[in-house]
Amino acid sequence: MSNSRFVIDGKDIPFRPGQTIMDAAMAAGVYIPHLCHNPDYASTGNCRLCLVKLNGRYVSACTQPAIADSQVDNQIDEINQQRKTLLQMLFVEGNHQCPGCEKSGRCQLQAVAYYVGMLSPYFTHFYPRRELDASHPEMVLDFNRCILCGLCVRASHSADKKNIFAISGRGMDSRLVINSTSGKLGDSNFSAHDAAASVCPVGVFLPKHKGYEVPIGQRLYDREPIAQVGDVAHPNHQRDKK
Amino acid sequence: MSHKIRVATTSLAGCFGCHMSLLDIDERLLELITLVEFERSPINDIKQLEPVDVGIIEGGVANTDNVEVLREFRRQSKILVAIGACAINGGIPAMRNHFELKECLEESYLDGIGVVNPMIPNDPEIPLLLNKVHPIHEVVKVDYVLPGCPPSGDTIWTFLTELLEGRPIHFPYSEIHYD
Ligand code: SF4
Ligand code: SF4
Repeated sequence: MSNSRFVIDGKDIPFRPGQTIMDAAMAAGVYIPHLCHNPDYASTGNCRLCLVKLNGRYVSACTQPAIADSQVDNQIDEINQQRKTLLQMLFVEGNHQCPGCEKSGRCQLQAVAYYVGMLSPYFTHFYPRRELDASHPEMVLDFNRCILCGLCVRASHSADKKNIFAISGRGMDSRLVINSTSGKLGDSNFSAHDAAASVCPVGVFLPKHKGYEVPIGQRLYDREPIAQVGDVAHPNHQRDKK
Repeated sequence: MSHKIRVATTSLAGCFGCHMSLLDIDERLLELITLVEFERSPINDIKQLEPVDVGIIEGGVANTDNVEVLREFRRQSKILVAIGACAINGGIPAMRNHFELKECLEESYLDGIGVVNPMIPNDPEIPLLLNKVHPIHEVVKVDYVLPGCPPSGDTIWTFLTELLEGRPIHFPYSEIHYD
């Protein structure tokens, strides 16, 4: 353990060379909001929610290596306002009807939005038309909620070694696609036990034959905010010890 | 208090769940009616809208009548509140937005399972459906939003009491949810 340190919001954080701001903050129990980051996979910095200020400049905490003696602003009003705007854009770009979503109450998009105090999506909704894929015997994919975080792509590639998922298209046309001759999950070699099946921060991967199993009030994020509870893929992995 | 706060409420394309939740403040209703006077509302069945301090809108905008009622509420209310998922993002009724209106009507009234006497209703008394369901902020300016499907009685109570006391409104974690 080296004795390099930096400061987040006035708190001293130790780090080892090569650790990102996110790695060091998580290890120290300081919560930085994020969606596309999962410590098991390489960071891509695409959701931009872990936006922080490093010595006054914006960086994404999950891709920026920690720098000794630097000052990082995380929980400041200016940044949380920007995070809220990013979340509002994610909400209107897809179809997020939380009252009818099986993931509700244990959804990271929702939990981070609660955390930054988002009360409404504010922008004009796109209401895109996206088909479900129910071709697999064990899993339904509801693309209406995909935020293109790329976690299932990374998990299928590096943990499962199957490369079942990819993000295709550009800009507004970007979408999650499946690597099978028909483009359907049922024709791929996907299994519900794959790592890719359990990394989605939102409600795209829905196991069949169950749903709404945990009563309202007892779900992952019903009682405590995500800073205390941790990520969907790693509950209690990090606890904000502030 | 010499002058009670005047409140009106309505349900547009909603299910009245938010109004049920308002009743869920239980015995606090007795306290509430010492502070507010209910004008037009499904609770008292008053149909005529007079100028009010607070207008509370449940439901999104799905037909021409919804547009008219919503605009009237905006004109007559000093503060307009969007209550519940449908008012805020269209909610469950907005799930029809992925389809053409024609497809929805055909599925419901012509081709759907168990349809007898297939016919698309066309009575002049029935308000025309809009092509899409809209959140209310796409039609009028909204001053406050109360998320939830429905927001709990406690959330509504926190909102109303803090609003009436003129305080910045702060909700405990458990009182804000989107479902
Ligand atoms: S994925 Fe999350 S935010 Fe989207 S509808 Fe489901 S619960 Fe709501
Ligand atoms: S399906 Fe889920 S994990 Fe995959 S890219 Fe979309 S949001 Fe991310």
